[in-house]
Amino acid sequence: MSVTRFRFPFVEMPAEATQLRQEVREFLAEERANGGYTPMADCWAGGLSAEFSHKLGQRGWLGMTWDKQYGGHGRSFLERYVVTEEMLAAGAPVMAHWIADRQSGPQIIKNAAPEVRDAIIPRIVAGECFCAIGMSEPGTGSDLASVSTRAEKVEGGWKVNGTKLWSTGAHGPGCDYMITLLRTSPLDTSARHKGLSQFLIPLKSEGVDVRGIADIGGQVHFNETNFEDVFVPDSHVLGEVGGGWNMVVGELALERSGPERFLSTFIVLQEAMRLLVNNPTDQTKEVLGQVVAKIKTLRRMSLGIAGLLQEGSSPEMEAALVKDMSTNFERELLEKLRRILPQNVLYSSAGLLPTLLREGVLRVPSSTLRGGTNEVLKGMIARQLGIR
Amino acid sequence: MTDSDNIIFDTASRIFDDLSTAEVINEAEAGTWPDALWQAITESGLNLTWVPEDNGGIGATMLDGFAVLKAAGGAAVPVPLAETLFAGWLLAQAGLQVSAETATVASGELSLVDGKLNGSAQGVPYARNARQIVALVETAGKVQVVQVATELCEITAQTNLAGEPADNVSFSAVAVEQVGTPVEGFNGENVEAMGALIRCVQAAGALSTALELTIEYSMERVQFGRAIGKFQALQHSIAAFAGEVAAMNAAADAAAEAVARAPSIDHEAWIEIAAAKTRLEEAVNNGAAVAHQVHGAMGFTYEHSLHHLTRRLWSWRDEYGSDVVWARRLGEEVLNWGADELWPRITAVTDGR
Repeated sequence: MSVTRFRFPFVEMPAEATQLRQEVREFLAEERANGGYTPMADCWAGGLSAEFSHKLGQRGWLGMTWDKQYGGHGRSFLERYVVTEEMLAAGAPVMAHWIADRQSGPQIIKNAAPEVRDAIIPRIVAGECFCAIGMSEPGTGSDLASVSTRAEKVEGGWKVNGTKLWSTGAHGPGCDYMITLLRTSPLDTSARHKGLSQFLIPLKSEGVDVRGIADIGGQVHFNETNFEDVFVPDSHVLGEVGGGWNMVVGELALERSGPERFLSTFIVLQEAMRLLVNNPTDQTKEVLGQVVAKIKTLRRMSLGIAGLLQEGSSPEMEAALVKDMSTNFERELLEKLRRILPQNVLYSSAGLLPTLLREGVLRVPSSTLRGGTNEVLKGMIARQLGIR
Repeated sequence: MTDSDNIIFDTASRIFDDLSTAEVINEAEAGTWPDALWQAITESGLNLTWVPEDNGGIGATMLDGFAVLKAAGGAAVPVPLAETLFAGWLLAQAGLQVSAETATVASGELSLVDGKLNGSAQGVPYARNARQIVALVETAGKVQVVQVATELCEITAQTNLAGEPADNVSFSAVAVEQVGTPVEGFNGENVEAMGALIRCVQAAGALSTALELTIEYSMERVQFGRAIGKFQALQHSIAAFAGEVAAMNAAADAAAEAVARAPSIDHEAWIEIAAAKTRLEEAVNNGAAVAHQVHGAMGFTYEHSLHHLTRRLWSWRDEYGSDVVWARRLGEEVLNWGADELWPRITAVTDGR
């Protein structure tokens, strides 16, 4: 009984992607050398720099895969993959544009009214406009269908009331919009996924209050956003009224298997290597062998999924598996490094490596929560395997 | 490697499903040669998958051979199919003739004096069942591939953890049937790496089957009024197991493809093999643990066929350099890269060559 359930085809980067990789590396090396950024762990959820994002926009590295007719660059998924993995591996501050580039932009292109789309997309591509996600709420957690923030129909638009939670980056400069999941019909407890719609809400609207929330490291990277009688014009409904759930599910699938799921702590490994080369014990070798074997395997799987997406498949189970394993690995990497790094690195607060290690340890609990907890993912995997 | 649309993989799977049954595997462990199984293998030419076509092969690719080995691992076939392919590959490295007979590869302290093979080798897989033994002899700057007839060697029967033959073989002035020189730079490390890769591929197959058995059992077995697979604790264990299976298949495929791309085992392929064998540690440890946990006491009995897979997995991860040994080798390689080359070396895999 030989069964091959999982498929992660080998992806070979086309010449234009490898050429692009060199350009990105040169850019990053130059930026790092001249103080354009200081590497950080979990840079895509904690490295907020509108200025850096703007530079990427100028280089043509935002909205890369979007159709040129909407202001995108019409490049391949693999080219985008190269840019994102290079940014992550370098620990570059890519948080400002991350959400807009990864999921809001594609959602707007697909579902927004043409005049809204045309006003926003070119600004995202230029690195001048960023987006946040308004999915979760107080009390919602992983059970997304339980959202209760509501939009009531009024003349020419909708009136929004309620609170959204954990919106990464909503407070940042240039974060102009939140794609917000709202209840547009009263809750039907027998069909909770119905009656939900997605709205593109300008965060500068009257009645919107964005309040930063500090994480356990003291850094404000996510937010609570209150909506009090906020008027949203009809033109800012995304897709069909009542079609919000399917859009959200599709959006979450986009989030799942990217390189940000296994590379959030890679920069710590790279900087640790500068010390470890001086102390090549068996234990050091063992740890390095184990973590590099895992990184190589996870990258193979993540890229395999990118390849499948490019050819039009939707490898949901593979994506959930990769996210589950990848996010666990991000933590494991730090724990393994702790075993082989010198004591003074572990308890120091000065210098790049100790700072990266602290950032990593303090931020990594979020890895296995964001975008669907690993428990939820395992439930999805079990369903796909047919046992649930 | 896309096994699902590979005709050779399907052919192999069919033959193994029919003829590598639990009964056959148990009898083989007790010492009965599974003649019908081996005959079906030779009739379909699966044993010739890595033999070049102009040398009597069946025109299959390296990847086809790995697909056969994955299917073989998944069916716990109790015959030296992997060993025969391995021996044929090693002979081909030195441009020697490959026959259709059973064969195995021996590694040990060996020397070649006046065309006679001397020395000993431990844990030679299926030596007692192989008609030919192929070995790499490295002496003072000279590397040679030799082939001898097993009947001229002294065999001491030993087994691995799975009860597969893993015999000690001693050679005293054994006449050599063929001898040849492999390409420049080929050495014992390449042979060990190929052995390690073969075990990784077999293990990927065995893990896949163990997962299927586990899923099936979790849906059949009723406890506390419902199928045990309905309990969230088990669902999560099995989901984690699925991850290990997926990862091991991905790692083994990556290494097999790297070998298939290279004329032999080059340094890039060696790195992929090191990563795969390293990855085997957790895949086997976690995977076999969940498989047994879900199967409960039933899966712990000799009567149940789960152990055909798990015992092989525990054994294969130790063979041709244990996972930990390979982790250290890979770690040493990584230290040689240094901090600034770490990431470029990781991306080099996909960036053309």
